[in-house]
Amino acid sequence: MKFSKGIMLALATGLMSTSALAGDVRVMWYSDGVEGEVIKDLLDRFMKDNPGINVVLDNVAYKVIQEQLPIELEAGRGPDIARVTNIKELAGHWLDLTPHLSNVDYWQENFGAHFDWMRPDGSSAIPGFMTQITLTGGFANKTLFEQAGVDMPDDKATWDDWVEAAGKVQDSQQLNAAIAIDRSGHRVSGPNISYGANYIGADRLPAPIDAGTKAFAEKLVAWTENGRMNKETWVSASGTTYRAGAEDFINAQLAYYYSGSWQVANLSTKIGDAFDWVATGSPCGTDACSGLPGGAALVAIKYTKNPEEVAKVMDYLAQEDIVREFTERTLFLPGHKGVLSKPIDFKTDDPNVKAALEAFVKAAGEVAPNASALPAWKWGTAYYGALVTRISQVMAGELKLDEAYARMDEDIKAKVAEASK
Amino acid sequence: MAGTSSLASAVGTALAVPFSWLARIIDVPLRAWQRLTGYNGMAVFFLAPNMLIFGIFVLFPLVINFAYSMTGGGALFLSDRTYVGAEQYQRLFDCSNYLDPRSCTEDMFWTAVRNTTIFVVLQVALMIGVALITALVLNRDLRARSFWRAVFFFPVLLSPVVVGLIWRWILQRQGLLNYMIFELGFDPVNWLVERNWAFAAAIGVSVWAHVGFYALILLAGLQAIPKDLYEAAEMDGTRPARVFWRITLPLLAPNLLVVLVLTLIRSVQIFDEVYVLTGGGPGTSTLFLTQYIYEIGFASLLRNPGLAAAASILMGTVLVVLTLLQLGLARRNETKDKR
Repeated sequence: MKFSKGIMLALATGLMSTSALAGDVRVMWYSDGVEGEVIKDLLDRFMKDNPGINVVLDNVAYKVIQEQLPIELEAGRGPDIARVTNIKELAGHWLDLTPHLSNVDYWQENFGAHFDWMRPDGSSAIPGFMTQITLTGGFANKTLFEQAGVDMPDDKATWDDWVEAAGKVQDSQQLNAAIAIDRSGHRVSGPNISYGANYIGADRLPAPIDAGTKAFAEKLVAWTENGRMNKETWVSASGTTYRAGAEDFINAQLAYYYSGSWQVANLSTKIGDAFDWVATGSPCGTDACSGLPGGAALVAIKYTKNPEEVAKVMDYLAQEDIVREFTERTLFLPGHKGVLSKPIDFKTDDPNVKAALEAFVKAAGEVAPNASALPAWKWGTAYYGALVTRISQVMAGELKLDEAYARMDEDIKAKVAEASK
Repeated sequence: MAGTSSLASAVGTALAVPFSWLARIIDVPLRAWQRLTGYNGMAVFFLAPNMLIFGIFVLFPLVINFAYSMTGGGALFLSDRTYVGAEQYQRLFDCSNYLDPRSCTEDMFWTAVRNTTIFVVLQVALMIGVALITALVLNRDLRARSFWRAVFFFPVLLSPVVVGLIWRWILQRQGLLNYMIFELGFDPVNWLVERNWAFAAAIGVSVWAHVGFYALILLAGLQAIPKDLYEAAEMDGTRPARVFWRITLPLLAPNLLVVLVLTLIRSVQIFDEVYVLTGGGPGTSTLFLTQYIYEIGFASLLRNPGLAAAASILMGTVLVVLTLLQLGLARRNETKDKR
């Protein structure tokens, strides 16, 4: 009898140790730069003020957010809060925080401009807030340009101007490539729009691949063929796999790198004073000089068992002084109206950083309407996936450009058809 | 010494007590069960835990996967998905020319099928060849023979991800191999960006990673061949090549068969080390079936779980055929041995 009781007690203890306790809040978080340390610091302070709530911070790779989190969410599981970039497509999984927030008007006033990015069309839910607003844009290695004696193109320079100038630097400094663009359909969408592309059809469904997209795709392929663009970034993987070109830029192997504002802290940390670099905004096409806006959102997951505690964490992290501190320490552009309305004192000694952030703020004024519309459009991901898959096949010599365009249209149609079943 | 043995005996006695106590406890229900169901019932009783685990973790997912392959839509829960019949299979087989993936609706699938087929043919041939040579060398009277056997077997102990990463560091543009080539005064090669080199690297790395295991199987076979056959051949003045063809190879045939089938099955399933090494690139030149299924099911921005399930059912069918082939050949060998 005693023996059985002992076994039961041991089993109960074991089971309790593996189950989530009431009051636990799990946060799935990825980092581009130093924000993992900053959020940990902020959450530690929150737990000190709220001893009844235990916040568990799961720092994961971006790939986990992109590939594993959607599967968990589809299965009705996942963390309580997550930092995500695929905000619109997964909007059905976010919790509407409205009934649990302490001051809904504050949220509407300061974060309202981006709620449509993170909720289903037609919904009035408040799922979370943007931890940062990002904009795609370029970075130039100023030191390499100076060493090569090549003038950096100005604000109104086209993509061709930048590639030509970077090509001169490549030849002079014997670099492996002149430029690199992250292997991502999202990253080439700003340039596509600058050449006149429009992804959104009149019925809000994906429009066929148009002349604007084709114009920039042809350039990408040509630059890869003539050795101006780093072949490894796009060709060395298949499908929609994401590959950043940052490492080559950090190692001074590129004159020009097109990525986005989220790289600023990463470049500052890893480059240090090895060389000078500048942010350039987005080079111009025939129609605009546009980058693609976007960002990362901190959202509550609707499968949480502790919505009240989750809302408390979200309320804390959304406070103006906390958002300001997070912004200043992470070197991100904030998505909070109140923080944006006053000067931001970015905490860095790196002179490259402040100039880069100012360049991105300036470039935000250049965003084309077609680009502004994309973050709140649910088929963006399908479009980006088709672009990266097929353009990289052309670069690898597997498809002709015309075949690739036809395939892109088919891929996107198939995705829409599958989703509507 | 005596102390040690008495300690062991004391430990044995101490352990025997709870076991005999446990045996007495389960003896009563077991005897009752045997009276009720007979000997066959007892077999069922002892097999039940294993069958339960197999059912839950293998059979049930297999059935669910087949059900998935008959559904469409973006949802993950089977109950939320739409029944579409054989539509996913039709999509996979919608081709005007199966030898040209570009003529297929699902071109990535057929590219993966083509790549996997070429990979299987080349890798299996190379694997068996290298494993046989390795086993023959390791079977000789070498100095430090055990050390060399360990050296060849070591990569088998590594995680496939580690294997992929190590070779990526060696083969990437600014990797170890190109550094050595550059130091020797030659132009570096972009091993992982040139189609043919990347494919060759995928084969080479997978052979390097697994050859030790197959060499070990063949080595066991070589050591089982009676020495007196070789002595007799030596006395007859038979040439070494003839000894190999007439004695070694025929007597090693059963082991070679095991290696052939195991290599075949494993090479059809190739994924982890190649995925880490090349990511399926350049372009789609090292995109194999398992990676296609993984990506279309879980990782791609163009995710389609139904299509992934259908593709995995087709791949599973191929593997079942290969397994049946292995079982059939093994049975035939057993019959031969009995004769």
